[in-house]
Amino acid sequence: MGDSTDPLHVAGRALTSRLLVGTGKFAGHAVMRDALLASGAEVVTVALRRVDLDRAGEGDVLDFVPPGMVLLPNTSGAVDADEAVRLARLGRAATGTPLVKLEVTPDPRTLAPDPIETLRAAERLVAEGFDVLPYCSADPVLCRHLEEAGCATVMPLGAWIGSNRGLRTRDAIEVIVAQAGVPVVVDAGLGVPSDAAEAMEVGADAVLVNTAIAVAADPVRMARAFALATEAGRLGHLAGRGAVRDRAEASSPLTGFLS
Amino acid sequence: MSAPPGLFAQHLAQLPPPVVGDLDAALARPSLAALPTLLDPAALPRLEELATRARATTLQRFGRAVRLFAPLYVSNACLSSCTYCGYSKGLDVARRTLTVDEVEAEARTLVDRGFRHLLLVAGEHRLEVSADYLVACLERLRPLVPSLSVETQTWSDDTYARLVAAGLEGVVHYQETYDRARYAETHLAGWKRDYDRRLTSTERAAEAGVRRLGIGALLGLSADWRADVRAVAEHAVWLQNRYWRTEVTVSLPRIKASASGFQPLVPVSDREYVQALAALRLVAPEAGIVLSTREPAALRDGLVRIAVTTMSAGSSTEPGGYSDPGGAQEQFAVSDERSPAEVAAMLEHAGYEPVWKDAFPLHVL
Repeated sequence: MGDSTDPLHVAGRALTSRLLVGTGKFAGHAVMRDALLASGAEVVTVALRRVDLDRAGEGDVLDFVPPGMVLLPNTSGAVDADEAVRLARLGRAATGTPLVKLEVTPDPRTLAPDPIETLRAAERLVAEGFDVLPYCSADPVLCRHLEEAGCATVMPLGAWIGSNRGLRTRDAIEVIVAQAGVPVVVDAGLGVPSDAAEAMEVGADAVLVNTAIAVAADPVRMARAFALATEAGRLGHLAGRGAVRDRAEASSPLTGFLS
Repeated sequence: MSAPPGLFAQHLAQLPPPVVGDLDAALARPSLAALPTLLDPAALPRLEELATRARATTLQRFGRAVRLFAPLYVSNACLSSCTYCGYSKGLDVARRTLTVDEVEAEARTLVDRGFRHLLLVAGEHRLEVSADYLVACLERLRPLVPSLSVETQTWSDDTYARLVAAGLEGVVHYQETYDRARYAETHLAGWKRDYDRRLTSTERAAEAGVRRLGIGALLGLSADWRADVRAVAEHAVWLQNRYWRTEVTVSLPRIKASASGFQPLVPVSDREYVQALAALRLVAPEAGIVLSTREPAALRDGLVRIAVTTMSAGSSTEPGGYSDPGGAQEQFAVSDERSPAEVAAMLEHAGYEPVWKDAFPLHVL
């Protein structure tokens, strides 16, 4: 899945799939693995708080990540910059990757990203040599700050995490996409494949999907559907849409002979 | 001297009387105000619909995953007299307070069985289960266990802060019943007799930086179990709003007969119990719901599909009961006697991932 002539460059890696996936909320590790494979994704994020190195090889979540996928540890559960930084260090020590999906969510109800602590953590992690992919509010100025801090991407939310509500932040995403000098990955809230297509059509460089796949009645089929929609949206964006008009306009204008 | 009413007690006192309204409207737009309607006997014929709504809410918020934990009873010594409890002061039962070494042995047994979330449980004995003792237990266990919580007597603000510094993640304090008169009838003497000290403890724990708060009521302790469900729901949402960094879980164990000779005041039927948990899920969608092994296996298996997000498994309610059983009185008899592995297998069969670890060890951060 994906277009090898249109790679996405993130932290020195060229990715052909523009769909990134997560590992939470699945009914079990086996179905998770099958869905990850069906998604065609190359990057998979894993919550470090779910990883149990004492159970490695005995059914831990990492045992079910298909070989060859790029592991993107995330700091889910961190409530401030300090915890996120220390968790990222643990993740790097445990997995060997400098990649980290930075999540700082002090409010367990909304799991809304904390813009202040996220920026603080990003600055420190970049200084420590991490490739930082920050989950953040769909805030154009915050995304500017994160980019200036040296983040490898920005990852603004499409809607509240886990909500499956779609691209509720579309207006802000359009601004972020227009100004960004790093890849924009729309993360959180995309509920159906057409939401992913919409984000890609708007110009996002990639999308990250977890809940919509994990809680679908058939996660494997839904993973495949998101892969197709992500690619379709990307192609649609590259193809360039025609102008939107208020009223119908004939494909063969009556006065065409005058030109 | 009794503690003054805290902020939530004031909120509860100002709550309007329950109003049972239109069930269709309550199901369409569940809210705290609509909870009495969802809990009303008139809603029971539509229990399947209620359960279906609750299931969808649970799945969206929590996914197909259930967190597993084990209670680790460290002591059944107690200086409080509570009419319903097998540990109540003065009861002629075998008492035991584990040494810190014995607590570690119990924890190692539980870790070997897969658990990474442990709840240290004790009676109320501030000499045998002192703050110093708990700090020593936490410091001993935290290299072994990523998530440690306590269910003990209530403490002062300073002590909660000390426990947090020692590695404590969660505190569980059930109010048992929110009905002041019934509380006074059932909590006869000791530290726990003070209703307001009990109720403010969750506020003080949250202020001290506890990350997970567990609250609950013993259904059947008060004659009006619906009022207690409503109070628990109000309490959960109030805590979430006021202490927005704190994760709140709720539990509604049905009280059982105990070594004290206590019999529940009113039986809460299985159908009513499912109604209570489903309604609670709809009006407090972000609260974790905890179910212990007090309930029988078939009911637990069913409730996981509707509302429950956290379960204990393979529990012993006797201090030392995992690695050295037989030496002390248990608090209550468990109903679901399956092993942790059997409960995990049930969850997988039902299409849920048993989540053994859902925390990072704070001490290594």
